[in-house]
Amino acid sequence: MSKITVENLVKVFGKKKNQALQMVKEDKTKAEILKATGATVGVNDVSFSVEQGEIFVIMGLSGSGKSTLVRMLNRLIEPTEGSIFIDGENISKMDKKDLRKVRREKLSMVFQNFGLFPHRTILENTEYGLEIQGYSKEDRQQKAEIALENAGLIAFKDQYPNQLSGGMQQRVGLARALANDPEILLMDEAFSALDPLIRRDMQDELLNMQETMNKTLVFITHDLNEALRIGDRIAIMKDGELVQLGTGEEILTNPANEYVEKFVEDVDRAKVIRAENIMTRPTYIEIDHDGPHVALQLMKKEGLSSMVVLDDDRNLQGYVTDKDIVKAVQRKEKSVKDILRKDLPTVDPDTLVSELFDVIQDSSTPVGVVRDGKLLGIIVRSLVISALAKDSEVHE
Amino acid sequence: MEESILDFIPEIPVSDAVESFMDWLTGTFAFLFDSIQSFGKFVMEGMTDLLILIPPVLFILIIAAAAFFASGKKFGLAAFAIVGLWFVQNQGLWEDLMNTITLVIISSLISIVIGVPVGIWMAKSKWANTIITPILDLMQTMPAFVYLIPAVAFFGIGMVPGVFASVIFALPPTVRFTNLGIRQVPEELVEASESFGSTGSQKLFKVELPLAKSTIMAGINQTVMLALSMVVIASMIGAPGLGSEVLSALQRAQVGTGFVSGLSLVILAIVMDRLTQKLTK
Repeated sequence: MSKITVENLVKVFGKKKNQALQMVKEDKTKAEILKATGATVGVNDVSFSVEQGEIFVIMGLSGSGKSTLVRMLNRLIEPTEGSIFIDGENISKMDKKDLRKVRREKLSMVFQNFGLFPHRTILENTEYGLEIQGYSKEDRQQKAEIALENAGLIAFKDQYPNQLSGGMQQRVGLARALANDPEILLMDEAFSALDPLIRRDMQDELLNMQETMNKTLVFITHDLNEALRIGDRIAIMKDGELVQLGTGEEILTNPANEYVEKFVEDVDRAKVIRAENIMTRPTYIEIDHDGPHVALQLMKKEGLSSMVVLDDDRNLQGYVTDKDIVKAVQRKEKSVKDILRKDLPTVDPDTLVSELFDVIQDSSTPVGVVRDGKLLGIIVRSLVISALAKDSEVHE
Repeated sequence: MEESILDFIPEIPVSDAVESFMDWLTGTFAFLFDSIQSFGKFVMEGMTDLLILIPPVLFILIIAAAAFFASGKKFGLAAFAIVGLWFVQNQGLWEDLMNTITLVIISSLISIVIGVPVGIWMAKSKWANTIITPILDLMQTMPAFVYLIPAVAFFGIGMVPGVFASVIFALPPTVRFTNLGIRQVPEELVEASESFGSTGSQKLFKVELPLAKSTIMAGINQTVMLALSMVVIASMIGAPGLGSEVLSALQRAQVGTGFVSGLSLVILAIVMDRLTQKLTK
């Protein structure tokens, strides 16, 4: 069962709700509905599900309905129609008391401008969620102190939010959300107000934390790089509609429409595409069967200046160069073992293209992509460059 | 003068209606008004008597000390309070001063007790906001003398009707500022509070009221000042204090006495204003 399931969720702001809802069902767009009824459709018939332990990113520009969508998950905004299930329970049908219980025990939220209470100290902020649940002062302080300890903020516990930098305030926001030990974290543009370097640190911290805690995260952002960096799956929204849902890879390589394509254009592809996506099938000889003549023949045919050498099981043995091969043919040698060179640079298939630059820059030969000693493919310099060109074809 | 079409419409008997409504109110609830009157009189006279029991020197020193600490250990306000209150005592107006203080404090307290909850209600309910806003406008713009009429009808003359009229006049700022203060709490903080599963009262007492505090206090300060400004008007229906000195000076055309009583009121106003401002920071 999915942790969160959203079915046909709609939010209409303004009057003439029923008429607008009818038009939503007829698949009309936000602009058409606004023109006909004067009602604004915040979220237009959105469905998706989020798995336990997943980082699910909802991405879109301002006005795309992403913040409205996340606020309907804990009903800070009431859905106009549709259902939200958390662990199979229908949140949208709950009465106030049950909803409070879900908010207290299962969901915590982190806000764009941190949402810290200025009249409370860092410790008092962190214990807020526990305080309203009626924990004793000792219990809640203890739990809050552990949360602050984990965030490295315990030294600041008696200070007030305005005494801390933005990055630290958001760490408090996160610690406060985690102090309740929720199952689901809703993060609304949580890092958008931070400057880029701090934002990166926070993303790293979040990913590290997620490895040990395994919460379910719904993360809202307008920054595609951020979405690609932290998201297991990404939902792209436009005008209240979900236009594409998939992994970062899928969205980059196969944009659903022009809108997504435009979005993707700006992405620094070097930070997303991996070695295995751009490697090609190598031309190779087998060390035990093929001699210099075969090698020369293949190299002539393919126009190569060097070629990789494998054994029967595709284990990488090394490579040979065209000059060595010509000499070996002239000496009438039967094997390439004497001229085999072992210094072929290799990388892991998960290596990011940005990191490939350094390896391939200094190399006169192609780079081998190797896992457990087996050669999966090779990468030549031109492939790296074309991968970064936006209209390049990416090899799966 | 030519006849206009408007002349054919008979005069609507608004004043008669109000009058008979007032008669009905005074008649039906006489027992209630009487008990409020006697209870109020008891409390206020008791308070004045207590204040008068305090030796003036001690009273002045207490106020001066409060001013000194409230203003962050600065001497300015304390010095002013000593000289000012001594002047009032020196002019033989000490008892009147105590009566006025009682009037102002009781009026302000009642205004706060009524005004803060009403302000909260207006901030929470669109409907309450729509209904109460014009009533507040009416309370503030209706000439203050008009309130004296029902005050006398309900409570006769003396301190109690004076407080009644003062409350009507002084209440609106507390209501308005409380409403404003709560509406001004940033949306994100309200959402944060709700997202953790706060109940309505947890949200109100742990987040909204603390964050609205300074705005509410500004409203209370205004309420205190308005209550003070009603002192002279209230004296017209027999409320004792500095106001009645001003009034009698006016009736006898005694410029000197009028000036001294008026100046005493100004001194009290300045001390109370600065003190409430500083205490609420």
